[in-house]
Amino acid sequence: MQSNIISRKRNAKIGQAIMFASTAFALIALVALLLNVLNRSFGNVIVRREIEPSVLSPTPLEQLSRDELNALVKRIADSDDYDGLTRGAYRRLDSEKPFAERSQAEILTVINERLIKEEVVASFTLWQTLFEPASVNAELAKLNNARKAGMPEARVEFRSWVNARFFTQTMGSVAELSGIRTAILGSLAVIAMTMAIALPIGVGAAIYLEEYAKKNRLNDLIQTNITNLAGVPSIIYGMLGLFVFVRALESFTSGAVFGIAGNNGRTILSAGLTMALLVLPIIIINAQEAIRAVPNSLRQASYGLGATQWETIRDHVMPAALPGILTGTILAMSRAMGETAPMVVVGASTFIVSDPTGPFSKFTTLPIQIYNWTAQPDEQFRNIAAAAILVLLIILLSLNMIAILLRNKMRNTN
Amino acid sequence: MLAENASIFYGAFRAVADVTLPVHERQITAIIGPSGCGKSTLLRAFNRMNDLVQSARVEGKILLDGDNIYAPDVDAVAVRRRVGMVFQRPNPFPKPIYDNVAYGVRLGNPRIPKPELDAIVEQSLRGAALWDEVKDKLKESGTALSGGQQQRLCIARAIAVQPDVLLMDEPCSALDPIATIKIEELMQTLKERYTIMIVTHNMQQAARASDYTVMMMMRPDRAGEMIEFDQTEQIFTNPRDKRTEDYVSGRFG
Repeated sequence: MQSNIISRKRNAKIGQAIMFASTAFALIALVALLLNVLNRSFGNVIVRREIEPSVLSPTPLEQLSRDELNALVKRIADSDDYDGLTRGAYRRLDSEKPFAERSQAEILTVINERLIKEEVVASFTLWQTLFEPASVNAELAKLNNARKAGMPEARVEFRSWVNARFFTQTMGSVAELSGIRTAILGSLAVIAMTMAIALPIGVGAAIYLEEYAKKNRLNDLIQTNITNLAGVPSIIYGMLGLFVFVRALESFTSGAVFGIAGNNGRTILSAGLTMALLVLPIIIINAQEAIRAVPNSLRQASYGLGATQWETIRDHVMPAALPGILTGTILAMSRAMGETAPMVVVGASTFIVSDPTGPFSKFTTLPIQIYNWTAQPDEQFRNIAAAAILVLLIILLSLNMIAILLRNKMRNTN
Repeated sequence: MLAENASIFYGAFRAVADVTLPVHERQITAIIGPSGCGKSTLLRAFNRMNDLVQSARVEGKILLDGDNIYAPDVDAVAVRRRVGMVFQRPNPFPKPIYDNVAYGVRLGNPRIPKPELDAIVEQSLRGAALWDEVKDKLKESGTALSGGQQQRLCIARAIAVQPDVLLMDEPCSALDPIATIKIEELMQTLKERYTIMIVTHNMQQAARASDYTVMMMMRPDRAGEMIEFDQTEQIFTNPRDKRTEDYVSGRFG
């Protein structure tokens, strides 16, 4: 009797330990993921300039006004001292866009690109920055020894690759000047398009299946298939989107039908339609669960008062199910936000610098942007890829947090 | 109301068999019987709530003022406007008390003037003996009330649409004795204006509160049948059927 209890308790302890280990493993995996991204998003860089700004102007360039900068540029060009900005180069730039019309930021860019030529020649991870400063210094010494005569010394700077410029810049050929502006706007546009299509259809289908559809074989079959569709690999939706929306319906998705010429079918509209198909099962299933969770007593109360089925759904079922439906919708949104494969197939642009302007414009999305950057040979692109991953993760986690908060709020009010 | 040879089926299963039952106007008719004998099913047949179950089907007739409510040209929604229902568990809408009572009225008359609606809400809450307790918090949610208050709110909601008949499906089974007494007293006032049918498991309640009593029992084929219908006093003091006597005296099961 006594020994039996001891062995049962021991078994319980073992079980508890296994479950704790599982939780710990999941946590460690999550922390490792975050650390890996953070490790690459921040860290020291070695910056090299061809000319120190102090040589050009005693006051820092950023503090000069537009006119003062203009005068400075003119003076440099007239002196013909610098190869980067000769008199001829100045004339060419001026004919592209007169300096008198350029903004302060634009003139600064010219000075940076032509004269200072600041560039990151080596970047280090956060780990190396914090715990292996010797390797940073060794690299710095090596670079300084190898530099050409007359060039200023390279310096070590700490850099957060997630910075204000990162959000406002479009992509470019130099990593440190590239940003995620186009990708974020593209992602937002695709998500908005996706939700505008998938939400009404998904919720409508869920209401039909839960409230109207009779229990019979056909409807069971439909239900089973919707559940199955949620598990179809996303690349297959991508193929479907490519054949149907990008190719077959090109005249519609490119906007040709609406008199907008010059586009192919690889537009935000195509991407939104494809993504809508992909998240539709998720939205339907979540909305169905939310609707199913509405207590039957509520429906009966409504019917008992002589409400029609539609009135019951509109006045009681939908308001009660709304938080659950929203939760599912947000989860679907974060799924769509992170999807990469279908966007590759449907044809997100690999290099695009213009903001999306409407449903018929070309686009790129954050995951695509990250994917492209990781494929670049230049090491700094890996840093901005990590920074973009960090941004994407923050967006996804905040979406999930909103979903959780909504769910809790719903629990409290019921 | 009057049931004539009414049988209720769930698919192939006959849940209630051949009930012929005159429901007397402005009286309280209680339906008693052991669990599973079809009391609630029979009650729900009187306002076509069983229509909500896909497989449910009624044979025979149930008449309301001489018209069969199961006739093909009759709309279940219209029937339920005239035959209201109070359920076993209080089920107020998760909306303000005012809107709970006003909901049914607004359905019938979406553009009803506010003063008129106010009057109906007050009148209904008074009718359900709830007005004094909630008149200062009409904007609070109906679900914030106590169980007994919620049930009276459900009664107020039902009488706000001015039905002819009120069906009550074990309205006190989730309430404490004090709330139960309040509902029973309320039923006595309500019967001046409404015909009431009540399903109850509580023998004393049937004996105390009803004028007529229906005794139901399950047949060997599990279909519920009405074995006795009479004035309540008769059922409880001098039943004709031995099974009724056993049941009401607690010797049964």
